[in-house]
Amino acid sequence: MAFFMDADIPLGTKLLEVIFIVMGLLTIYTGIKNGLDEENPSRLGTAIFWCSLGIVLAFGRWIPAAVNGLLVVIMTIPAIFHKVKAGKQKPPTKEEVEAAFNKIGMKIFIPALSIGFFAILFAVYTDMGALVGIGAGVLVAIILLMVYSKDNKPQVFLNDCERLLSTVGPLSMLPMLLASLGAIFTAAGVGDVIASLVGRIVPEGNVNVGIIVYAIGMMLFTMIMGNAFAAITVMTVGIAGPFVLAYGADPVVIGMVGLTAGYCGTLCTPMAANFNIVPVAMLDMKDRMGVIKNQVIPAIILIVFQIAYMIALK
Amino acid sequence: MEYVKLLGILIVIIGFALKLDSILIIMLSAAVTAFVGGLGITGLLETLGTSFVSNRSMAIFILIMLVTGTLERNGLKEAAASLIGKIKSASAGMVIGAYGIMRSIFAAFNVSFGGVAGFVRPIIMPMAIGAIEAKGNKVHEEHLEEIKGMASGMENIAWFFCQVLFVGGAGALLVQSTLASLGYEVELIDLAKVEIPIAIVAITVAIVYYFIKDRKLSKKYYGNKVDKKNTAYKE
Repeated sequence: MAFFMDADIPLGTKLLEVIFIVMGLLTIYTGIKNGLDEENPSRLGTAIFWCSLGIVLAFGRWIPAAVNGLLVVIMTIPAIFHKVKAGKQKPPTKEEVEAAFNKIGMKIFIPALSIGFFAILFAVYTDMGALVGIGAGVLVAIILLMVYSKDNKPQVFLNDCERLLSTVGPLSMLPMLLASLGAIFTAAGVGDVIASLVGRIVPEGNVNVGIIVYAIGMMLFTMIMGNAFAAITVMTVGIAGPFVLAYGADPVVIGMVGLTAGYCGTLCTPMAANFNIVPVAMLDMKDRMGVIKNQVIPAIILIVFQIAYMIALK
Repeated sequence: MEYVKLLGILIVIIGFALKLDSILIIMLSAAVTAFVGGLGITGLLETLGTSFVSNRSMAIFILIMLVTGTLERNGLKEAAASLIGKIKSASAGMVIGAYGIMRSIFAAFNVSFGGVAGFVRPIIMPMAIGAIEAKGNKVHEEHLEEIKGMASGMENIAWFFCQVLFVGGAGALLVQSTLASLGYEVELIDLAKVEIPIAIVAITVAIVYYFIKDRKLSKKYYGNKVDKKNTAYKE
């Protein structure tokens, strides 16, 4: 409680912590609901995963770092053994959705767009930050949906959230785990080793060459790994840091455009199966590479444009 | 032997390339890197815990899910289908372009209608086929295959390059935390702003490319019939 009473801590930080607590409680709810669900094929593993995640999300600020780390390790164990499953779910029926659409119609776009709208509003006009804005947008969206229809009771929101969370499962934690891996790489000095290695090929001090190597590297690494999120931590720590940012280039431009340079790789690789191979099956296409073939030319144009953009704005 | 520190990176690259379990790869790489980097078990747990807690904002999608599912339950996809259905398109390429614009705008607000399975297959494909048949042509098998590929490509390009405009999206949060570990503090709103020109170029390139490609394919498979029909309609 001392944290929330402390007048020196800005309101935005306190509200963000409230958001984390709500997120954590939603996650713990997911764990308990699945743990008690007799139709869930893996009750214990599912409960362990979501509950330990929820504890770190909600109360991580007050828990010692090593204990948080241990909780993260415990969380990953059922995930690695594929023991995190979805239980009994109540997805909306076709009739229910049709009836709701006839009643609400196009007004549904207002709550749908409110989250992004409030994120920008809060980021630009307050000092509380975009994430608190997302929280406000979610609140507004919930209120609007409750006004639109009496069927939207609090329990409906809670169970729909649990349904989506259980459906996306442990893979939704990938970005957070990758970010942590990046931190471990940095702490262990991996970036320095890559830097000394790449330094033999890339002339030091030539920022433009550094940018080209970084952007093409992001694209190629993403093609090999099938995931731009996995590539960005390695490439930013190893190449962008020592060869581009160290010479005063703008981290906003280099870091962010580096990620979308990686997306050009995502467009060109069968490793990104979700985007490039699954649609082939879903649309009954004959050519397994049919989606990728339609993406290669835009990807090449975009990587060239993004390299020029980074060099121009660095 | 400094290079032994790169073992973790090797594990990530090979692991993802071999399609091993993603979380297993990350944890294995973390443990190996901590070991060869001399962090020890305590150092590993502390770094992991500190980093995970400071990256909690990446889990903001959990809060957003509190409304995503209920929006779907209240007819969001049906509303989007009705919105795009109002646009009268003269060709499959134009249907794909119209979808690209709609998909981009909503992606910037982190709103999705179900991707290829949920929207392209049930709504966009029938619209594209309808546009060809409206001219009195029977859809050529190879043209259909290309339309499927182009519609999926539009879906992917619009989602990848416009979702980064959403302030608070996972990509920007990961970039923010990666830069922070190098000692650079950046704001989410600036990360979104820098992507605006790239998003516009990406969408324009995709729409123009697919439009031209579709026009070429239409000429190839339906020949002059297209023009004849068009003039007939005009008269």
